[in-house]
Amino acid sequence: MPAAAALEQTSALSIEQVERRVQSESRSKRSRDRRTEIISPILVTGLLLVAWEVAADFFQVPTYLFPAPSKIVAACIDNASLLLRESWVTAVEIVLGYMLSIVIGIPLALGIFHWPVFAKSVYPLLVSTQAMPKVAIAPLFVVWFGFGLLPKILIAFLIAFFPIVINTVMGLSAIEHEKIFLARSMGLSSFATFRLIRFPNALPSIFAGLKISITLAVVGAVVGEFVGGDSGLGYQLMVANGNMNTPLLFAGVLSLTVLGLILFGLIEMLEHFAMPYRERANGATGAGTM
Amino acid sequence: MQAGPPAAAAIGPESAYLQIQSLSKVYPTDDGPVRALDRVSIEQRKGEFVSLVGPSGCGKSTLMMIAAGLTSASDGQILVDNQRVTKARTDIGIVFQNHVLLDWRTTLENVLLQAEARGMDMAAAEIRARELLAAVGLGGFENKYPKSLSGGMRQRVSICRALLHDPVHLLMDEPFGALDALTRDQLVLDLQDICSRRSVSILFVTHSIAEAVFLSDRVIVMTPRPGKIDRIIDIDLPRPRTLAMRQSPEFAAYSREILDIFLARGVLREH
Repeated sequence: MPAAAALEQTSALSIEQVERRVQSESRSKRSRDRRTEIISPILVTGLLLVAWEVAADFFQVPTYLFPAPSKIVAACIDNASLLLRESWVTAVEIVLGYMLSIVIGIPLALGIFHWPVFAKSVYPLLVSTQAMPKVAIAPLFVVWFGFGLLPKILIAFLIAFFPIVINTVMGLSAIEHEKIFLARSMGLSSFATFRLIRFPNALPSIFAGLKISITLAVVGAVVGEFVGGDSGLGYQLMVANGNMNTPLLFAGVLSLTVLGLILFGLIEMLEHFAMPYRERANGATGAGTM
Repeated sequence: MQAGPPAAAAIGPESAYLQIQSLSKVYPTDDGPVRALDRVSIEQRKGEFVSLVGPSGCGKSTLMMIAAGLTSASDGQILVDNQRVTKARTDIGIVFQNHVLLDWRTTLENVLLQAEARGMDMAAAEIRARELLAAVGLGGFENKYPKSLSGGMRQRVSICRALLHDPVHLLMDEPFGALDALTRDQLVLDLQDICSRRSVSILFVTHSIAEAVFLSDRVIVMTPRPGKIDRIIDIDLPRPRTLAMRQSPEFAAYSREILDIFLARGVLREH
């Protein structure tokens, strides 16, 4: 009895008080984590930029070789309207090429998944198109389709569609056979099984493919502009390069990066919209692990 | 109390609901054919709870999938109400060892998948789904996604899904196999409660002797590789059965009988 009383004494807090303390600690820890998540990358990037600026100034690096950040920012501001206009051109090429790879890639994947014979006959061809360096055939596209929009869209498509096909096929095939058994015991038709079970089951994998592809579509459009363009960010890069206007070259690369990030972000937003259940589940596990 | 044919004859064809007649399943492999089931015959009456007990690889799950019309037999046939089963049966509810819930559907939506698939009246189905969920202690979890439920809760949801359309036949393939001992006990009690309140025949696959004796009207003991019926044991214990009854001498005798078969067949070995 005295020993038990002593034990009681050591913890003066009631369990409710402990609860409140643990809750508030966890809340403040989470907001602290969120703050460092935002602040630390900004801080690191800022430090790098400052180091770059100082080094460029200190070592007297010629601007045409490696411009300081301030020069690049100046180039961005001076050429803002040009960069915006060219970004728009490139964005249109990327988006159209990307949409083409979805429109062709997903049905192709469905066909491959559905008809094994079709899969066997198409697969070697598909892999060959991937093994073939698209950059090498880009000039051919210029010969065939000229300098307009079409060859850029086609190159973007050719580079981007493969991961969509592969990931969609993988997602559709990777399903527990119990889910299919369950569907059959419920009397679901194969189309209803596809709509209610197979397709939603494949969505995470499909979105993984879509996210890889959007970055590839950017590469494709720029390659197209390099080879035979008269506008677009890729074309401006070539022009800036020819003029030894390195700050503009950097500004162009920066614009492409921003463009790529925006497009990737859009796909991620779409993903969250299509699979809200994943978000919430992740949040729950995140809160559970300390 | 002897294997296959005599026990089957004892029931009589007119009262049998499910008849499995000399069913064999052979898988072709590169090393020659593998016998999974060797001329198995089982009969189940309406409203009867029958367990298949046996070690892993005795073909009991295969037998169940064939009984559901989901896998084809190599030989023999299955009759339900004297009708031969030739395609997937849709008059059943089915529960797998894995809960097989759909991640993108909430608890309620997962249960309602059954109604959606069958084109049932959705409003009535939702009321029923909520009742079923409440009955297994999942009231308040209707809008949670499977990822945020525990293993036992998920399996409860899948049982509710299997019961939503009031099937005449419930097939359960090691439904509690992946759960911890306490959760198993609770679900076994829940299941007994559910069956007592409706007329449903249950075919139950397990490798837990205690579970089989506790739940069943009859236990079918199977031998491993190839799967054959070793013995059919009628469990004559009063219902509802309680956890305390597991300590009773009758219960112990039934468990012992099954255990002895496993010892005799080398499924279990004492050192």
